[in-house]
Amino acid sequence: MTLTAKWQERLDALLPDEARRWSEFRGQCRLIVSRDRLATTMSTLRDKCSMDMLIDVTAVDLLEYQGAKDRFEVVYCLLNTESGERLTVSVYLNEPELTVPSMYSLWKSADWLEREAYDMFGIRFENHPNLKRLLLPEQFASYPLRKDYPMQGRGERHNFPVVTRAQS
Amino acid sequence: MPLELRDFEVDDYGRREGLWTLNFGPQHPATHTTLRLLLTLDGEEVVDAEPDIGFLHSGFEKLGEALDYNQYVTIVDRMNYISPMANEIAWHHAVETLLDIELTPRCKYIRTIFAELMRIHDHLLCVGASVLDLGGVTAFMYAFNERERIYEICERVTGQRFHTSYTRVGGLMFDITDDGIEMIRSFVNGFDKAYADIDRLVTRNRIFIERTRGVGVLSKEAAISGGATGPVARASGVTRDLRRDEPYLAYNDLEFDVICCRDGDCYARYLVRMLELKESIKIIRQALENLPSGPIFAPGTGKEALPEKREVYQSIEGLIHHFEQIMPNRQLSSERGSIYAATESPNGELGYYLVGDGSFKAYRARTRPPSLIHFALFPQLIRGCMLSDVVAVLGSLNIIAAELDR
Amino acid sequence: MATQMNPTGDNVIWTRLDAAANWARKNSLWPMPFATACCGIELMAASASRHDLSRFGSEVMRFTPRQCDLMIVAGRVVMKMLPVLQRIWLQMPEPKWCISMGACACSGGVFDTYAVVQGIDRFIPVDVYIPGCPPRPEQLIRAVLDLQEKIQQTGTVYGKEFASRTSPEGPPRFDRDEIERIRDRQPKKFQLPIYNPRH
Repeated sequence: MTLTAKWQERLDALLPDEARRWSEFRGQCRLIVSRDRLATTMSTLRDKCSMDMLIDVTAVDLLEYQGAKDRFEVVYCLLNTESGERLTVSVYLNEPELTVPSMYSLWKSADWLEREAYDMFGIRFENHPNLKRLLLPEQFASYPLRKDYPMQGRGERHNFPVVTRAQS
Repeated sequence: MPLELRDFEVDDYGRREGLWTLNFGPQHPATHTTLRLLLTLDGEEVVDAEPDIGFLHSGFEKLGEALDYNQYVTIVDRMNYISPMANEIAWHHAVETLLDIELTPRCKYIRTIFAELMRIHDHLLCVGASVLDLGGVTAFMYAFNERERIYEICERVTGQRFHTSYTRVGGLMFDITDDGIEMIRSFVNGFDKAYADIDRLVTRNRIFIERTRGVGVLSKEAAISGGATGPVARASGVTRDLRRDEPYLAYNDLEFDVICCRDGDCYARYLVRMLELKESIKIIRQALENLPSGPIFAPGTGKEALPEKREVYQSIEGLIHHFEQIMPNRQLSSERGSIYAATESPNGELGYYLVGDGSFKAYRARTRPPSLIHFALFPQLIRGCMLSDVVAVLGSLNIIAAELDR
Repeated sequence: MATQMNPTGDNVIWTRLDAAANWARKNSLWPMPFATACCGIELMAASASRHDLSRFGSEVMRFTPRQCDLMIVAGRVVMKMLPVLQRIWLQMPEPKWCISMGACACSGGVFDTYAVVQGIDRFIPVDVYIPGCPPRPEQLIRAVLDLQEKIQQTGTVYGKEFASRTSPEGPPRFDRDEIERIRDRQPKKFQLPIYNPRH
């Protein structure tokens, strides 16, 4: 409880009067913000709390998670390289507005991590310099890591011409 | 879906004329399997590089949602295939953090020994392949010969040369025997000669130094902002090593140095990897001296850890536990929650973001791949360098395509 | 006797020429390593000093398809990579053979996912398959020797044994369950009941 309490104190001093939720699991502290407050919270974390490395940006599709109220959760894992502190920040999103402000202006590692989240889940990041598909071909039409997409795909993987020996 | 040429936006590049595009295609010996670079060149100087990845994207994360914690370790092996057991150790470290399981001392030491052996495995290949790309075939042969000895150790201890799937939730598949320990000891004793061979050939080699000194410089700020970790970051001055800063397994009891450099060029990355080889040998020696005896699986770890085979075959409780664990509609529940846990893999910080939903399968098993982050740094490293430096920089970053694409 | 498929006939001069050409070709198979994943490392290990593939004639691994005659597909082939594979296969000059190394190239391996092609023989003609995940270097050497045997037995000077292979030899492109998934586009989830012993 002390870890979360320390973070709560720090952030309440820097950004007072904001609705935030905190949770802790296995000694790891998580901050849950709303989408509107995300940009200011992240820039405060980088500038005032010196969380200078963005370790990971990922998303979770909560369609089949029991007790979930929202569809998507976008997760940012932050690290302070001097002191070694870590913090996880979550934002919950629902369709149809699956947009989040991009963290590219704060940390350059967000570039490809956000492109991958877009590729796999369809979450758009505003003001991202180059939001295109990263891992899948450009013509791929679905977002595969969503829970309603079957694991073996819908025939995209075999949609190619066959080359026989006599032709080649 | 045919492979189409993409029209990418043509940048002004300061009104330079005569720029041409070279496709450093997905099939190329120096691209370490399937990466693609679209290089914009002015004669021989690289003006811009646009990476195109995804030629090995196999849907690992989707598989992680379908297989349980003990089955997924076979898949995780195939991510960073240069050092397979390092992935397994990272995966089960994350799972054990989620399930709140404490390992026995013997298990910790054995996993540490294998983590360091895999570090040697990875660094030998990285050094060998980067020197091979620059033309030095002999160092590559020496490195591969040494790696064959590690393959033999893996085969003796786990039964498989390559993708071992040795770790389990809460322990290992089976214990290491005395002849396995003897093999590791003789490997450690014979390693210095191989190290000296490669060192003599490469480290003060005029051609190698000319090709790698000052090439592909990554500054400390760019490394931190870009999220670089591991040898790539340590060669730029970021003194972070998870074995020292967030000790896991047996690293708390062992003495070793963290190798850092200030220059941030290809030569610095090469030196960091070579010196880390020596540190790994030191760690393995200490761990072998102090290897504690005892069980592999902690007794009474609740019901999450698989019982030992002797228990399974000779006692009814062991059989029931094994059945409850393995049968898919009888598996035991776990707590719901999500964590992020990382280990210091040879390539950098390999982390897993796990969301557990109460069953024995991950709801979301996200890998944080160091190769993806490092490859995103590539365009800024290569601007202003020559075409032949592309190969040197690519080799020094140690991009593994399977980890990059997953 | 000359037939349409075999225009030079089976007389002794041509069979002697065939045997000589086969002997020359089989002992100097230059591989084109299409190494994508982990099997690529075992391919590199097979040509390193412990298990030496160049003892059997595969001395040079040329990375340009125009100079090779054996394509070794080592590792999983993803749908983004398959057009590249087909283009490289078509760029290789005759006579050419293909070895599919590893479980992922033969049938998709452990990766039955939306992105991995379940066996390259659906799209490329394959001569020798090597199972294993990854196969040991000795298995690759064995496969090269088997291919040499096949060339010796069935090869011809003009490469006319390839002209008769006009139909695709692998499994059909879409399996039955894949056709159902394409048709329905509705996800069907099969769920086992979870047994919780605490209740």
